[in-house]
Amino acid sequence: MKGLKILALLFLIAGITFSQDKEKKYGKLPSVMIKTLDGEVFDTKNITNDGKPIILSFFALWCKPCIKELTAIADVYEDWQEETGVKLVAVSIDDARSTSRVKPTVNGKGWEYEFLIDQNSDFKRAMNVNMIPHTFLINGDGEIVWQHTSYSEGSELELYEIVRKIAEGEDIPKE
Amino acid sequence: MERKNIFSPVRLIIILLLFPLIAGAQDFLNKGKVSGNFQLDVQTYIEDSTIGAPAVPEKLLTNGFANVNYTLGSFSAGIRYEMYLNPILGYDQNYKGNGIPYWYANYIKDDFEITVGNFYEQFGNGLIFRTYEERNLGYDNAMNGVRVKYSPFNGVYIKGIIGTQRYYWEKGPGIVRGIDGEVFLNDIIKKMADKKTNISLGGSFVSKYQKDDPSSDFHLPLNVGAWAGRFNITRGKVSLLAEYASKINDPSGVNNMIYKGGDALLVTGSYSQKGLGIVLSAKRIDNMSFKSARNEIGNSLDINFLPPLSKVHTYSLPAIYPYATQPNGEMGLQGQVVYNVKKKSKLGGKYGMNISATYSIVYSIDKTMLNDSTPIGTEGTLGYDTKFFSIGDDKYFQDFNIEVTKKFNRKWKGIFTYMNLIYDIEVIEGHVGDATVYANIAIADINYKITPKKSLRLELQSLFTKQDDGDWFAALLEYSIAPKWFITAMDMYNYGNNDPDKRFHYYNFSVAFIKKTNRISLGYGKQREGILCVGGVCRAVPASNGFALTITSSF
Repeated sequence: MKGLKILALLFLIAGITFSQDKEKKYGKLPSVMIKTLDGEVFDTKNITNDGKPIILSFFALWCKPCIKELTAIADVYEDWQEETGVKLVAVSIDDARSTSRVKPTVNGKGWEYEFLIDQNSDFKRAMNVNMIPHTFLINGDGEIVWQHTSYSEGSELELYEIVRKIAEGEDIPKE
Repeated sequence: MERKNIFSPVRLIIILLLFPLIAGAQDFLNKGKVSGNFQLDVQTYIEDSTIGAPAVPEKLLTNGFANVNYTLGSFSAGIRYEMYLNPILGYDQNYKGNGIPYWYANYIKDDFEITVGNFYEQFGNGLIFRTYEERNLGYDNAMNGVRVKYSPFNGVYIKGIIGTQRYYWEKGPGIVRGIDGEVFLNDIIKKMADKKTNISLGGSFVSKYQKDDPSSDFHLPLNVGAWAGRFNITRGKVSLLAEYASKINDPSGVNNMIYKGGDALLVTGSYSQKGLGIVLSAKRIDNMSFKSARNEIGNSLDINFLPPLSKVHTYSLPAIYPYATQPNGEMGLQGQVVYNVKKKSKLGGKYGMNISATYSIVYSIDKTMLNDSTPIGTEGTLGYDTKFFSIGDDKYFQDFNIEVTKKFNRKWKGIFTYMNLIYDIEVIEGHVGDATVYANIAIADINYKITPKKSLRLELQSLFTKQDDGDWFAALLEYSIAPKWFITAMDMYNYGNNDPDKRFHYYNFSVAFIKKTNRISLGYGKQREGILCVGGVCRAVPASNGFALTITSSF
């Protein structure tokens, strides 16, 4: 019972924080040390795109919907970049079983995204990602303004509508 | 196992949280950020003796968890509440109950990072140390202790850890201590700064302590040490990485109390350029189970991680035969080629085509008797002799698969897979006396776009084998309205079972609704008895029949 009381207290704190949050800006990317495709150390707070929007997408080679999403976006990525300057950063949560296959696979697929390797899911945990694909949108000020889980054919259209709004500095629909 | 008071760490967290609250209540509330996630799985059970689904007295079983994290600048803290009332079938019964088994506080100051409480960490590829969680498998070997990370110069990274490991609602009996260092030569050697070749070196040492067991007939080592060394060389399109690990004598329940040392080697080379990727990996594992309790033989208290060298298959039929690493000894090879046929080429057509082929093979290692009178693996002895490059006679696993991804036009696209599989079910799943499975599998996964946001997906799978349960056929039809709705119907039909009374249909219907990061799915169906593997670990899933509800959310 004590545990529950404590949990309640935490939720209360969360509640207060949230209620004050409404007026406030969005959260920013945490600092977690992960790796680049070539094995160099990379601090996730340095994910930037010169004031233009960023799509941050968590994926794994074994995740079929993730691969389908990245494949579908690859078809239109050039147009998206031209129109909005958006950059897609794909974070692989493959573990040691398949990390070494990430670089040859994504190159073999001809994808032009930026890739990061989160081998022990440290960044995934810091971003509260539960199931993948999980996609975040980050605006030019580095704020996480939108997120979505799962992929179905055509979801990329909604994603791009929001990317365009961010690029033009418009507000994002609350729904 | 020592009983753990799960409330005391929470009290500590409260103090940690209250301290800044008193110190600067305004900042704490205004500048801090609360985030987290949540999942609830509810499953109902109907007894179904035909497929072997047991009667469940509770009728309804539930797993759930919630993470709540608080961040303020370089300080963060969090807890995870978990609930298993009672654990869903297939999860370890030791999980029964609810509480807060996970909490942490973390602080980053300049080049230092300190974590107290629970944490997940990995050294190199994990051959001697990796703690991680796979919530959907019920796997969690989190450390409970202290971690320090320090980067004295740019390009030099040091980590140190000490603690005990999670054992369901308790802590394991052993203390785990370790240190890892990684150096990036291009950052620390001026001459190399502008070179095209990037080199990094790493090394780690881990030791465990477990007090003596007076009831044991053996003279047990109280401290067991393991070390590992690794390098990663990358030059443009080519990269080569390797890690070697070694462990001193560690008689345990897994290796039948032998006193032989263990070792492991993992080597991977790859070449890739736009449109082509080639990778070849090799590994050898000999007596490398490393746990923080001598007698533990289940899926818990692992200190290290031995990655299986095989592709993870997520389609339902190939997932019937998943591979898991054999820690007592195996040698494996894996190769993969990914090739993109260009758009507007003869073969690629208007949209191009992607081809990926993978081949994996795993053998036993060759073990010879120590002398004429001692059988291999006799307890209390050095176990056996083996030469480093000697391959054994038993083929545990082989998988050749080729996958073609093709978009035909704006409406139609598909993924087509062929697999040839050899699976030693006796060794991998412990089905004593069962014959090795030789299977051929074909899969077509076809998508038809009705409108830009409405799609139909049809998945057809066929598995052919004379062994085990014989031939299977599976079909799945999914209607999706992006980005919110999925409606799915599927059936797996074991039409080729050698026993005509066991030719069952395992059908499943489900609806899922997604809004941003909230996802609710409700399904009804039958689940076959089998094993489910993610990463390196597997768990047995009993047959079941009933409704399943899953709610996930993150904030």
